Amino acid sequence: MNAPLETVEIEVIVNGERVKRGVPARLNLADFLRIELELTGTHVGCEHGVCGACTVRVDGEIVRGCLMFAAQADGCKVDTVEGLSDSREIEELQSAFVLTNALQCGFCTPGILMAAQALLRDEPDPSRERIREYLSGNYCRCTGYQAIVDAIEAVAKARAGRAR
Amino acid sequence: MKAPRFAYARPASVAEALALLDKHKDDARVLAGGQSLVPMLNFRVAAPKVLVDINRIAALSGIKVTKSHVRIGALSRHVELERSPDIAKLLPLVAAAMPHIAHPAIRNRGTFGGSCALADPAAELPACALALGATFVLAGKKGERRVAAEDFFKGLYATALRPGELLVAAEFPLAKPGCKSAFGELARRHGDYAMVGLAAHRSGKAMRAAFFGVGDRPEVVDADSIDGVISGIDDLEPRADLHASAETKLHLARVLAGRVLAQLQ
Repeated sequence: MNAPLETVEIEVIVNGERVKRGVPARLNLADFLRIELELTGTHVGCEHGVCGACTVRVDGEIVRGCLMFAAQADGCKVDTVEGLSDSREIEELQSAFVLTNALQCGFCTPGILMAAQALLRDEPDPSRERIREYLSGNYCRCTGYQAIVDAIEAVAKARAGRAR
Repeated sequence: MKAPRFAYARPASVAEALALLDKHKDDARVLAGGQSLVPMLNFRVAAPKVLVDINRIAALSGIKVTKSHVRIGALSRHVELERSPDIAKLLPLVAAAMPHIAHPAIRNRGTFGGSCALADPAAELPACALALGATFVLAGKKGERRVAAEDFFKGLYATALRPGELLVAAEFPLAKPGCKSAFGELARRHGDYAMVGLAAHRSGKAMRAAFFGVGDRPEVVDADSIDGVISGIDDLEPRADLHASAETKLHLARVLAGRVLAQLQ
């Protein structure tokens, strides 16, 4: 694709389903998911990459949905919190978040779940300090983070226990 | 806010990208990782008519080691540098800087070349390129040219890139045995832009300290002792910003220099 276009035809695999759309070039990936596909689990907070509420997975790696255009996801696999919930990939994290009271208003939660799952996939047994460092890109304005770190640590320990 | 309207092009090769940049001139902007450009679009600080997305140009990616240098393709993502055994072994300064660059989700997208071409005065990689004496490879209609890091960073978000040129790689000379490097920065939140940062390299007695966040571009202080670097800090002229006054920044630069340069002993 070489000539500059204001509307771009894209084909994306979203949560395992093939989706074809014509999108405005300026539409970011998070808005595409929310408005076009009605997947409103991905939240839009700051729209400049600071808060982490729009975190989604593109080709297996977490990214900021607000800092990528939908046109750029053409040909990619995109996974959202809805997909990870339905596949039960984050079931333990979700349960642990409920048990430890790791959310209040819930606005940051989808982004934090996406980030936490990415951390535990790459580093199954992170220290509390490492969890905090990894989540430094996700703002929560309710909890003070303590319970979020507790929940992620609990899941890591539970998984490590089973692996033994 | 949302990005303003623009037209989107996705060239498949450097030649196609250069043709687009040549055709659309000042109306065009290169979209690499987009981790700084997209916020600028959303804030309406930038409003190019055409975005030239270079993310599918495979030739711009990758880290190659030759007999004389490490070549980092402009499109190499921060996460690739962070995980590269070659970078860890041959450019430990760059490896040490990586965890300070934003957050994992941003490092998965952000690129080495994007960071250098944007030349944010508080960014880590321009300072690393200066400390290690890297050379930037710029492609244009008439071919490639090479520019030393010292001549590349011109000022606030300003580089030696000419209109129509594309940054394609940087070449870092292989360090001689016995060289040492160290990195540190002070930020309010882990991963935020530095209030003050320092990329330092020692070769024999010669110390090179590249400070960032203390001026319009990274500032180099060359000296042959820690005290020499610390007295060189007096010549820096940082601007006050949201986080700190100029005096505070100078104080933090001295504190940071003490901590970081001690690792070069």
